[in-house]
Amino acid sequence: MAYDKFSKITSPAVPLPVENVDTDQIIPARFLKAVERKGFGDNLFRDWRYNKDGSPKADFPLNNSKYSGKILVAGKNFGSGSSREHATWAIYDYGFRVVVSSFYADIFKNNALNTGLLPVVVSPEFLQKIFDAIEKNPDAEFETDLKKQTFTILETGDSEEFEINPYKKHCLRNGLDDIDYLVEMKEEIAAFEAAS
Amino acid sequence: MEKKTLFDKIWDAHVVKEVAGGPNVLYIDRHLIHEVTSPVAFLGLKTRGLKVFRPELTTATPDHNVPTENQHLTIVDELSRHQVEMLKRNCEEHGIFYHDLQSDGHGIVHIIGPELGLTQPGMTIVCGDSHTSTHGAFGAIAFGIGTSEVEMVLASQCIMQPKPKKMRITVNGELKKGVTAKDIALYIISQISTSGGTGHFIEYAGSAITSLSMEGRMTLCNLSIESGARGGMIAPDETTINYVKGRQYAPQSEEWEKAVARWQDLKSDEDAVFDTEYAFSADDIEPMITYGTNPGMGIGITQKIPATNGMQGSDKNTFLKSLQYMGYSEGEKMLGKKVDYVFVGSCTNGRIEDFRAFAGFVKGRKKAENVTTWLVPGSQKVEKQIRAEGLVEILEAAGFELRQPGCSACLAMNEDKIPEGKYAVSTTNRNFEGRQGPGARTMLASPLTAAAAAVTGVITDPREML
Repeated sequence: MAYDKFSKITSPAVPLPVENVDTDQIIPARFLKAVERKGFGDNLFRDWRYNKDGSPKADFPLNNSKYSGKILVAGKNFGSGSSREHATWAIYDYGFRVVVSSFYADIFKNNALNTGLLPVVVSPEFLQKIFDAIEKNPDAEFETDLKKQTFTILETGDSEEFEINPYKKHCLRNGLDDIDYLVEMKEEIAAFEAAS
Repeated sequence: MEKKTLFDKIWDAHVVKEVAGGPNVLYIDRHLIHEVTSPVAFLGLKTRGLKVFRPELTTATPDHNVPTENQHLTIVDELSRHQVEMLKRNCEEHGIFYHDLQSDGHGIVHIIGPELGLTQPGMTIVCGDSHTSTHGAFGAIAFGIGTSEVEMVLASQCIMQPKPKKMRITVNGELKKGVTAKDIALYIISQISTSGGTGHFIEYAGSAITSLSMEGRMTLCNLSIESGARGGMIAPDETTINYVKGRQYAPQSEEWEKAVARWQDLKSDEDAVFDTEYAFSADDIEPMITYGTNPGMGIGITQKIPATNGMQGSDKNTFLKSLQYMGYSEGEKMLGKKVDYVFVGSCTNGRIEDFRAFAGFVKGRKKAENVTTWLVPGSQKVEKQIRAEGLVEILEAAGFELRQPGCSACLAMNEDKIPEGKYAVSTTNRNFEGRQGPGARTMLASPLTAAAAAVTGVITDPREML
């Protein structure tokens, strides 16, 4: 699935200071019935975001007009549970391009990278600094620089490097995906099959 | 020679290529698909003009969405029906074997794989479902993947994966009466937390593990993902070989002998090094129950919900948010708490042994009037076995009915939803907010503990009634 090439993103951030956010919260199972990858953003965090009658819950960050931006900042162990890639589709479709946390579940991280959503891992201390910066000024801007692998709180200049494997970095920067790579390898794969 | 773990041996034998500065290209022996996470992958193939590379290595069945009543009729929910029809059509178009509703091979993907002999020691097995870890019980590397990865497997029979770290969890000793594989799993997760296994693949070892049946081993490996691990595995032994022998897709005659010889080597070398090790004693494990909104929030059934003394900041807030959702308070006992629903089923505990345990417990007793129960076999074969063993008569005499196979209330994608605010003792794998229906409150437990709740109407220690 093609996605936008990723370079540098400068934007305010939306805080979600909750730990262990599982993918059932990101997108509940009853919204997984589509057969195409579109429209999932409408149901992102559905049960935290809306009341039963469909009205928005005022205290949920996504419904708070003071928060905006392409960066979602969440508590540790983000994306645990179900392997549903729909969770990363929903986050991407809503308009986020970066998720920041101190710890992710493995499958979520893989899915995010395959979706063109950058999962930035920062230290717990730096994560707190980001939450504090948003709290102090909801319009505060943050810079995600994939080339330099840095995440910066622009108001204070505080910055932290993040890790990403070089292959995935290359894919994200060029809008490539693994399927392109694997399809090119078919002969090698057939040779592997013959040898085993 | 380099000492290898069981995981290393299987992984290394499946690496087609190591990408510089990146993941491994890993060959997949068996791919399972279902209706929910596959349609976008097939659409991707179509967009790229690709065919399925090795259709004979993928097996399909609809499970997540399907009703558990009247499966002979058209599926009422339009979106569910469309997804199921789409799976069937995609399989027909690409030559993939499809186990239709009501056919002998139908059921939850992780139940039918082992039943049909598709799951074998030494294999790499993936599926767009996190509980693919179940198949690790056979000494296979099995893990859940996302839809992009499903597309990769369809397109190339490979996926790109970084090699995880290795963890060994050893549980020695003899399980006490009334303690099951489910309790071992919930105990481990309560000790290492829902992120303790992240980045790792687990090997389970020790006398309490090797004494488990294949059904018990599948329950344990199934729940590996709830500790954050990609999967869990157990070295194959005689129990494994006896289970696989003679199954539909298992190797036959000469091929069988060769396979068994190959499987003998599938164990960790004596001095193999694991990145992380844990050891627990079977003596410390009692029947477990969860009180919160993640599977790590579990306690022995006679214990009290932990107090927040010593917790700080966001840890404390997250914990209290969870208790508030459940309608519980810190320091409360779980015993005697009200139960509205009991659900027995899922890829975690929907096998014949689970229904034997439940039926054995309720035999000669009566369902509590305040409790609604849903008993959902994991597959057609499980349902047939339940009937063949006369368990249906026992269940019916006690006031219980059997439904038809599927994932059902485990994730509530079909009509089987626990109503808002209601309490359910569930033999499933996740007690997340809203998992079993918007506002539903789930307590995870073994089939025995579920049976005790079903006949008493409250959380009850099953050991008191054995």
